[in-house]
Amino acid sequence: MTKRRTWVYFIPYGLWLALFVIAPVALIIYQSFFDLGQHFTLTNYNTYFRSATYLKMTLNSVWYAFLITLFTGLISYPTAYFIHQLKHRQFWLLLVILPTWINILLKAYAFIGIFSQAGLANQFLTFIGIGPQQILFTNASFIFVATYIQIPFMILPIYNALDDLNPAFVNASKDLGASTWQTFRHVIFPLTLPGVKAGVQAVFIPSLSLFMLTRLIGGNKVITLGTAIEEHFLTTMNWGMGSTIGVVLIVAMIVVMLLTGDQKTKGGTPR
Amino acid sequence: MKRLVSLIVSLLAVCGLLAYTGHQLQASSGSTGSKVLNLYNWGDYIDPHLLTKFQKETGYHVNVETFDSNEAMYTKINQGGTHYDLAVPSEYMVAKMKRAHLLQPLDKSRLTGLQNYDSQFLNQTFDRGNRYSLPYFWGTLGIIYNDKFIKPGSIRHWNDLWSTKYRDRIMLIDSARDIMGMALASQGKSMNTTDPTTLRAAEQKLNRLAPNVKATVADEIKMYMTQNEAPLAVDWSGEAAEMLANNDHLHYVVPSEGSNLWIDNLVIPKTAQHTNAIYAFLNFMSRPDNAAQNAEYVGYATPNRTAKALLPKATREDQQFYPDATTLRHLEVYRDLSPTKVQLYNDLYLEFKMHH
Repeated sequence: MTKRRTWVYFIPYGLWLALFVIAPVALIIYQSFFDLGQHFTLTNYNTYFRSATYLKMTLNSVWYAFLITLFTGLISYPTAYFIHQLKHRQFWLLLVILPTWINILLKAYAFIGIFSQAGLANQFLTFIGIGPQQILFTNASFIFVATYIQIPFMILPIYNALDDLNPAFVNASKDLGASTWQTFRHVIFPLTLPGVKAGVQAVFIPSLSLFMLTRLIGGNKVITLGTAIEEHFLTTMNWGMGSTIGVVLIVAMIVVMLLTGDQKTKGGTPR
Repeated sequence: MKRLVSLIVSLLAVCGLLAYTGHQLQASSGSTGSKVLNLYNWGDYIDPHLLTKFQKETGYHVNVETFDSNEAMYTKINQGGTHYDLAVPSEYMVAKMKRAHLLQPLDKSRLTGLQNYDSQFLNQTFDRGNRYSLPYFWGTLGIIYNDKFIKPGSIRHWNDLWSTKYRDRIMLIDSARDIMGMALASQGKSMNTTDPTTLRAAEQKLNRLAPNVKATVADEIKMYMTQNEAPLAVDWSGEAAEMLANNDHLHYVVPSEGSNLWIDNLVIPKTAQHTNAIYAFLNFMSRPDNAAQNAEYVGYATPNRTAKALLPKATREDQQFYPDATTLRHLEVYRDLSPTKVQLYNDLYLEFKMHH
């Protein structure tokens, strides 16, 4: 009886998984084996791994995703830590989440307004005597905006990890004579590491294939795999090649998941 | 919780009601009735006064639906389930739709006013003998400059863009065919070449332009140029017309050595149902007075020679949008290339973009 119930509960989730996760991934993998003439081949993979352009683009994507994740992390951990100490945590957390309710395109256009020649940022630079600078269409502005957009997705898991942390550990550490830094370094940080890892997964993976921002903010001076996929699907209609790049991205994501996943076997804690 | 649920339920109810009323209204004004014409057009690409005039004269009500890219239009018509009587694809898309058997041939015996069209825009490679299409508007690819930063007259040719003066100054339209085509034209080559060596050389020439490129963007160019964000841009004349209307400092140049000539065309999709209305409309739009009125409203160049003569002198003699005979002779219409050649253009273009 109970067993049958469980089955019924699983149906919606199972259907969802089959239709929207397994089927699309299977389709992408299937498509990636077809060339422009609809022949079943490995040409696409061959082209990809022999092309300096695609390999450079892959490196670019990984490098920018790494930088975005790094800066997001550097900002998010202290922020989450700080919010966790505050009195009205839920309110501050709401403020962090608030920007995610706004469409990413609107946020990008807002940044175009801020960073443009006559924008707020340049007005400020002129005011303090530096004079207007080219801010839009630089790598720095691209990383800045991408980081801004990703920050909430990093803060939340870290905050939750901090929330789950038993205060008794912190108190014990202090009672045993550890300094604030030592407590943080040896107790708080290692115990909230799963939160950081979850945050890295939530940020690094989407950052690998950003393409809207590369055009709107980066002016196509930053080219990632997302740009190439868009072009293959919309302009050249070479879905096979587009899917091949998609498969490469999926594999890259699996690698990231494995690297940041929970390791079951833990060595001795370093002293 | 209960309040939240009731709020959501009432919101859904209101939305449902609105959708239903909307549907009813649409059905009564009708894409289904017999005295209608369903036109599938680019946004703001026809003078609405002409539609009322057409209805007054013929009794046919025109329903306009809009699309924002050739590809989107193609996909929608290809999927079926639509009842568009007329659509407005660009030239390469006419060729593609023709090959996919999505078009009905024009019945020339029912067309009047064909003699009004300039032969320059008829009988093109994408539709020999105009079996399927009538030209609607045409335009070019060219350079927009801002006279606040660039001396008028200093930009006349593609090669002027390569000058070291313009470091980090130029915005390019994000389109493989057009940017590769620009490089080819600057080297005196055909914009339809499929020779890999020539294309490779064009890509190398583009790489030398890279330091001058401020950004490679799409529709946003209009906004940036209007706001004086960049002094130079490469874009289509239609986009340029809009920019010029919003900023008096902007000017448009079609390089005389060669550029692209694009043509948007009226075609009849396979799914069309209102044959009488279609020919009434095609003939109505071919009439010089109507074509001229439309050209004045839309701001693009009309392929209707008799209509052009009716336009104000300042418009019809504007070299920016009606280039002189020499330039016109050097313009090339894009041929519909095979998928592998399109791929080659795009691969090289991607390499250029990576070169920044």
